[in-house]
Formats: sequence, structure tokens, C-alpha cells
Amino acid sequence: MKKWKRVTSVAAVSALAAAMLAGCGGSSSEGSAAASSAPAAATEAASAAETGAAGGTWKFGAIGPLTGGAAAYGTAVVNGAQVAVDEINAAGGIAGAQVELQGQDDELDAQKSVNAYNTLKDWGMQVLIGPTTSACSLAVSEYTKEDNMFQITPSGSAADCVKYDNVFRVCFSDPAQGTASAQYIGQNKLATKVGIIYDSSDVYSSGIEQNFVAEAANQGLEIVSEEAFTADNKTDFSVQLQKAKDGGAELVFLPIYYTEASLILSQANTMGYKPVFFGCDGLDGILTVENFDTSLAEGTMLLTPFAADATDDLTKTFVATYQKNYSEIPNQFAADSYDAVYAIKAAIEKAGATPDQSVSDLCEALKPAMTEITIDGLTSDGMTWQASGEPNKEPKAVVIKDGAYVSAQ
Amino acid sequence: MDPIVKSINSKRRKNEIITYGMVTAAYVILEILMKAGALSSHLTGLLVPMVYYAIVAVGLNICVGILGELSLGHAGFMCIGAFSSAVFSLIFQDSIPEVPRFILAFVIGVALSALFGFLIGIPVLRLNGDYLAIVTLAFGEIIKNLINALYLGLDSKGFHVSMKNQMALGLAPDGKMLINGAMGITGTPHDSNFTISIVVLLAALFLSQNLIRSKQGRAVMAIRDNRIAAESIGINVVRYKMIAFTISAAIAGAAGVLFSHNISTLQATSQYFGYNVSIMILVYVVLGGIGSIRGSVIAAAILYLLPELLRGLNKYRMLIYSIVLIVVMIFNWSPKARDFRDETLAKLRAKFGGKPAKEA
Amino acid sequence: MSFLTSLVNGLSLGSIYAIIALGYTMVYGIAKMLNFAHGDFIMVGCYIIFTFVSTLKIGAVPGILVAIVLCTVLGVATERIAYRPLRHAASPLAVLITAIGVSYLLENAALLIFGADTKSFTSVIGWTGIDLFGGQLHIQGVTIITILASVVILVVLQAFIHRTRNGQAMLAVAQDQGAAILMGIDVNKTISLTFAIGSGLAAVAGALLCSAYPSLTPYTGAMPGIKAFVAAVLGGIGSIPGAMIGGLVLGIIEIFARTYISSQLSDAIVFGILVIVLLVKPAGLLGKITQEKV
Repeated sequence: MKKWKRVTSVAAVSALAAAMLAGCGGSSSEGSAAASSAPAAATEAASAAETGAAGGTWKFGAIGPLTGGAAAYGTAVVNGAQVAVDEINAAGGIAGAQVELQGQDDELDAQKSVNAYNTLKDWGMQVLIGPTTSACSLAVSEYTKEDNMFQITPSGSAADCVKYDNVFRVCFSDPAQGTASAQYIGQNKLATKVGIIYDSSDVYSSGIEQNFVAEAANQGLEIVSEEAFTADNKTDFSVQLQKAKDGGAELVFLPIYYTEASLILSQANTMGYKPVFFGCDGLDGILTVENFDTSLAEGTMLLTPFAADATDDLTKTFVATYQKNYSEIPNQFAADSYDAVYAIKAAIEKAGATPDQSVSDLCEALKPAMTEITIDGLTSDGMTWQASGEPNKEPKAVVIKDGAYVSAQ
Repeated sequence: MDPIVKSINSKRRKNEIITYGMVTAAYVILEILMKAGALSSHLTGLLVPMVYYAIVAVGLNICVGILGELSLGHAGFMCIGAFSSAVFSLIFQDSIPEVPRFILAFVIGVALSALFGFLIGIPVLRLNGDYLAIVTLAFGEIIKNLINALYLGLDSKGFHVSMKNQMALGLAPDGKMLINGAMGITGTPHDSNFTISIVVLLAALFLSQNLIRSKQGRAVMAIRDNRIAAESIGINVVRYKMIAFTISAAIAGAAGVLFSHNISTLQATSQYFGYNVSIMILVYVVLGGIGSIRGSVIAAAILYLLPELLRGLNKYRMLIYSIVLIVVMIFNWSPKARDFRDETLAKLRAKFGGKPAKEA
Repeated sequence: MSFLTSLVNGLSLGSIYAIIALGYTMVYGIAKMLNFAHGDFIMVGCYIIFTFVSTLKIGAVPGILVAIVLCTVLGVATERIAYRPLRHAASPLAVLITAIGVSYLLENAALLIFGADTKSFTSVIGWTGIDLFGGQLHIQGVTIITILASVVILVVLQAFIHRTRNGQAMLAVAQDQGAAILMGIDVNKTISLTFAIGSGLAAVAGALLCSAYPSLTPYTGAMPGIKAFVAAVLGGIGSIPGAMIGGLVLGIIEIFARTYISSQLSDAIVFGILVIVLLVKPAGLLGKITQEKV
């Protein structure tokens, strides 16, 4: 009898799953249509994957964590790309063809990121924007390399993310940021005694930290405290701050994301500790944390390519549209992916590519074109790319004054 | 052999053959579909993870179902298997050909996780119930945290180990970083595939089902059902508990080997090896039926696929997944729902032909 | 002084764990189920208060009151819909898995409603705290309030359980559900009441958690929930004073490990100490070892 129950329970689960499976075929095209504002004329069948393109539309895919603790970053990437795609479609598309965008969730898991990539491939994706995070980007690049698909990661900053020739990125690399931060602090004599608080369980954070420490020695910076926290332990920073304070750090380097940084700033404030806080692009977004007391961030410096309250027209329009559509202020992830879409557009136009080309042909055409284009984007003016996949742009140092970014020079 | 045991065992054997047959049939069908190009790349990519989660569910079921102790740390054993084998493969990437290298890596991964299972089992198995569960959770988190802070390099002078940072290794310029702290391991060769995974799954099934049928297995289940009675008839409780726990850890380690050789990057972070992953595997085991090895395989396969198949629903998919989970649990486990179901089935049977239920 | 500073830091972290663990241990000790979704009730409470304080600008006090009421309703409803049908299931793990399902459900619902972005929480406590030794040692207002609140809750809970009929009924249900029914106790009602109290306390804990560590995401409650579970086990399952002590001890160990040993390895050290404590005292600090009989 027990066995019979077991069998029925398994049968019940399978029936449910089968129902989901059956429901899935219909809903996947629905989902992609919802993700794109372009008129989705073609119904996406899995068989479209082999041909690569579906008639006269471009199919861009984006990958990032849309659920889970890092959901803010992936959501920003997908939304930022969507804003760009909407603009492009409204202006007549790329090479006369409309663009469809589909975003897929990877839950910050490299294996799921590959699953997401395969889903997009089945949908008929021609160009990949993503994945959002370094480890996922690295894992997926093995597959894009194999398929020879053009990949541009907005924010995969680990050095190895662009080790294949079909992968480009919009953000700075971790080594570049770590080294540039140390150089900036040393050359501008911001401090001699430096404390560091970083996330030792995060690839981005520990990558920058390693390179910062290596360069700090050359710049004559004394690192008085080098304290870590982990993803499981990121609410209380009293010890890390206390050690920096006890070591007499005049500057605390925060190569972390703004979520934790906002907590660190408020805890430093309650402790009465007021060093200069210095961060990288991950810190951008701190002023947009809903309800955050921006006076706490007064005097905080960061090397970032994007500032949501910049006054140029491009940024203003982007921020307004983004806010209207998603009722959030965009952060640098959104800006990076917005620029990624325009970089792809420019490369396609440069190469004279068409949507009916195969994925591999398209990639071969775009690779050389990428090195020839120049983009005036949100994250930099006159951005160009090297064949290695690295962007040429200068990190800009900004300082927060009266709740807004001001150029530090 | 006792005739009762014999009759139970012959029943079990029949059941086991069904399990092997089911896995093999699924394999053959999927292989054919794959060769015929009828399987989307999405589904093809899901096959290996689906199988290694099924393997670790089988391993956990030995601990939860057969031994009767709740473990919330099996992701930790998976982590050990994954890292030790990946380090081995990385060192000998250029010096040993693929097949023997993977076999050796597999043996090392399994052996090391078995060793840790044994060592951790010594203190853990002295505890009971929820206390045992929380200590396994603690060990899982300790393993994850230690590996996350581990820097390991290799150069002409040998291994360099540090728990601080990369610079502290003092690696020669010709050296190779093996484990780079939180950045983990990159560039693990892609050695596992669907066929290998299925072979490992069959081996895990063979091991666990033979364990259940054996003298040792009966002793373990006797301890689960009544420890005091088992002790009183002279069963060495500690010994048999250790055997079951170590095997359980070794199988989880085997899944870890497949995990690390299926993807080029490997980090010891929460989303791969945290307690929530251990809990996810526990969900597979409970939904598949506690103590039912075949159920674990089926539930792991379905539950791994479910959120993936829900991708079309975009941001609603995890919400729907959670609702499905709750509904299925209530439907399957609530005594009332079970009665209702049994009654309905009986009525249906009475209506259509009145054949007696087949015990599959 | 650095020792005292660490001790104070440990107390402020520990007091948060303690107040969460109090609610956790209510459900855990009496309904005998590991409510993995408890941390997410905390998160729900935080979002309700956040909405009242920062979005609607109505104020903290009505916010907390509404949060307590809504969390209580949510807790009772969850118990009624998702947990009660499984109370007599063949395995106690069934309800544990359902609790995990509820946890996913709450997190993903919050993700859809409030978005993934971090929100900064305005402290519901205006008091900044006191300075000792001429400003060398600062104790935060929220720490003092949290400790006071947990002591008050501890005393009230103890009095409620030991002095009132409903409380006695809870004890009876915790001891032996079958016997409790025979004594004429309405087990369903008693467990509903337990969930009501536990979930209401989750809202209070949420207000204090987010006042001390002012950032709010759909996953804010998950890790503190697990830590509170650890604290409850450390103190001894089902022991209300044990939960309080377990929480404080856990917080202090965590801070000391980070201060004196390594911030990178503090998780491993905390869990290592937990293992050692449980090996020495297998039923936690204040738990009673019940000898299993035939």
C-alpha cells in the first residue's frame, strides 16, 4: 500500500510538471512578446534556433539575476537594454529591421546562466548582452565561443570575462579599477593610511581588492586594515569600521556594491567615524537607494563612468524614460547595458550586417566592426574598443556634494 | 537467509530493476532525441545538472530516508567533491589524457568527500534530531567559508597555500593559481557529459539499493525505526550510522565532481553550496518520497526542470514554482488529501471496469 | 577599551538575533515545527512599516501597529492553509518543506511588489544612544531599546505561558498533543495562537532589525532567520530564556571572532563554536536532555 501511495505521489508530481511543460510552449512566446515592445509577428518555435534568425527582426538576448539577492543588478541590465531597444525601434530599428529583446534569469548561478543562454539560443537570439555578473559571464563565454555568437557583457568585469575574441565588455575590468583607484588616491594625495572593507565572497569585490592592494604599495599607501565580510554576513560592519578607525585610516576603500555601502555609511555615522569613503563603479547607485539619507554620503568619492544626475541630454532623457517605465532611478548596470545595445547597433551598421545572417557570420562581421566604432554613450564619450574586448574609456572620479555627483577635478 | 528477508528482498529486487530500467530508458530516449536534433539546446544543457542533482538526492536520501537523520549540509560534501576533483584536473590538464584524468579526478573527489563525511560523522552522529540537523548545516557552512577563503597555487617549488590573499602565496611567475579565494577555480576542463552522468547515477543507484538490501542496510533501518531495540539485539549503532553517513557523503561528492566538470567556473558561494542548496536537495528527497530512491531521482529531475520550463513566465516563474511546491506538498502529504485521493481513485476504478490496482 | 567596544558591538548584534529568536522559538518549541518562513514574516513586517513611514508618511507607531496586526493575520492564515493540513503527515519533514515553499512565495511576492532594489529604512527609534567614558564608548539607542524590548517580551511570554490558561494549554500541546486533546484542550486554537504571537513578534523584530541595520530587500529576513534558528538551537530548543541567551551569545561570538581572529573566516568560526557547544551540551545551553525510553 505504501508503495502504491508512492507511485501516486510521483504520478501527481509528473502530471503537474507535464501540465507546466505543455503550458510552457504557448507561454514562452507570450513572455518574449511582453519583454519586447516590438510587434512580435513571428511565433517563436524551438526549431527557429537552427536557422538563427527569424526573418526581418533582430533578436537580442540579455541575461542576469532577476530573482534572488542580486536581482537589482540583473533587472537593471534587462531594463536598461529595453530602454535602448525601444528608442531604436521607435527610430526605425537597426538597418531597417526592428529589434526584439528577451531577458532571462540566471539567479546569479553560472549553471543557470548557461541554461538561460540555451533558452535564448532556442528563441533565436543573434547577439547576447550579458551575463550581468563576472562568474556567469565567464561560464557563458565558453558556450558563445563554441557557437561563435557575438557577446557583449555590460558589467562582467573580471579580467578573464573577455578572454575570447567574440566577447566584449562595456564596464572597466576589475584589475583596471583596482589599479586606477590606488593610483588616483596616491597621485591626488587623498590619504596615506587606507582601510579596506570588501566582500570576500564576491568575485568583483575581491578582484578589485587584490589589485588595489598590489598597486597601493607602489603608490606609497599604507593599508592599515584589510577587513572582509561575506554574503552571509553583511548586516553588521561595526568590527570592520572599528578596525579602520583604530588603525587611523583617513580613507576607507569600498570596492563593493552600493547596497552594503549604504549600510556601512550609516553605521560609520552612528559610530562618529568620518573618513573619506572611496569606491568604484559598484558604489554608483548609492544616492538612488530609496529613502537613503544622502547627507551620509557627503564627501564620498567614487570612480564611476555613469552618474544618474548628470546634466547632459542623453543622461537626462535616459533617466526620465527609465524612471517612467520602471519607477526606479537607473544605476550603472542599466547605463552599461544601454550603451551595449548602442554599441551593437553601431557595429551592425558599420559591418553592414543583416538579420538574416547566421549567428556565426554575424559574429565574424561584428568582431572587426567593434574595433572601428566610436560611441558617445552614457558611461563615456568617445568610447572605442580594442580587439581584446576591453573598452577604452577613462574612469572619472566624482565626489558627492549636496547629494549629487560633482567632478572631483 | 531468513525466508521473510528473502521475500522482501526479491520484491525489492524487482523494484530495483524497474528503477534501472526507467533510468536507462530515459537515457536512451533522450540520447535518440538529442542525436535526431529534436531536443532544444536549452533542454540539452539541462540534462547534466538534472542528473547530478538526482545523484545528490539519492545520496541525501540514504541519510534522511534510510538512516533517518536530517542533514542540512550535503551541499558541503558536494563542494568538497567539486573542488578537489577540479583542482586535480587543473593540475594535470596538460599531462594526462582526458579519460584517465577524469576517472582519477572522480576517484579523488569521491574519496575526499567520503573522508570528510567520515570525519564529520564522528561528532555529528552523537547528536539527535534537530540538533544533528543544525550541526550538519554548520559543517556545510564551515566548508563553504573555508574554501571561499582558500588560496592555492602551484609552481616549480610545489604547492603554496594561504588563507589570506593571493599575494601571500609568493607564487613564482611561472606558477599557476589553482584556487583564487572567492574567485574560485576557472578553466576546469569540460569532462563530464550526459552519458558519464547517467553511468554515475546508475552506480549510485546500485550502491544505495544494494545497501538497503544488505545486512548492513537492514541494521541501519533497524536503528532508524527503533534505536534502543536495535542496540538491545547487539547492533553496533555508531558503526552502522557511520557507514550510511559516509556513503551518503561520498555520493554527494560524486555529484560534485560532475558539477565542477560541467562548467568552467567554480566558486564556493551560497548559490552553489550554501545551506539553501542543501535544503533544495532535501525538497527533492521529501517530494520524491522519504526512503524511496527512485522517487528521489524522479523528483530531482522534475523539480530541476520545473523552474527552467517556467522561464516563459518571466518574473512570475519563481512565484509559481513556490505555489506549485506548496500545493504538491499538501496534496501529497496531507492525510486528508490522501484519503480523498484514495477514495476518488477507488470510485474511478469501480466505475471503469473494476480492475484491481496494479502495484507498479 | 577595544574589548568593551567589541562587547557592545556584540550585544547590539546579539540583541537583534535574540529578539528574532524569541518569536522563532515560540513556534519552534510549541508547534514543534521549523518555520523556515519566519525570517520572511520579518521582511513582510519591515515592508509594511517602510510603506507607512517612507511612502505614505503616516508615521512609525501606526506603521508598527498595522505591521503587527497584518503579520499576525498572515501567520495565522499561513498556519491554517499551508501547515495545518500537514500536521499529522507521515513525516515531520513534510511541513518543513512546505515552510520552505512559503518562504519562497513571500520572497518572490515581495520581489514583484516592491522590486529588487534596496530601500533604506528610516529608523523607528529617534534616540541616538548614550556615550560612556567621555565618548570613548558609544551604545546605540536601538541596541538599548532592543535589549529592553527583548527582556520585556521574555518576561511577558514567560508570565503568559506559566500563568494563563492559554499559556498552560501551549505547554501541554508542546509536551504531548494527544494528551492535550484528552485534557479538553483545543489544539488547533492553541497552535493558531502560537503562530499569532510568533508572527506578531516577527513584526516587532523586523522594526528593530531594520532600525539597527537600515537596508531592506526581499531577502532581508532570510539570513537573520537562519541565525535566529541557530540561536534558538544554541540556547536549547523550546526554551524561551534560552533563545534570548542564545541570541546574545551568538552575536558576541560573531563580533569577537571578527575582531580578534579573522573577518574572512568569521562564519566558519561562529559555526565551529556552535558545533563545539552542542557536542559538550547536546541539548543547547538551557535545553533539557530527555532520555529516550523504550
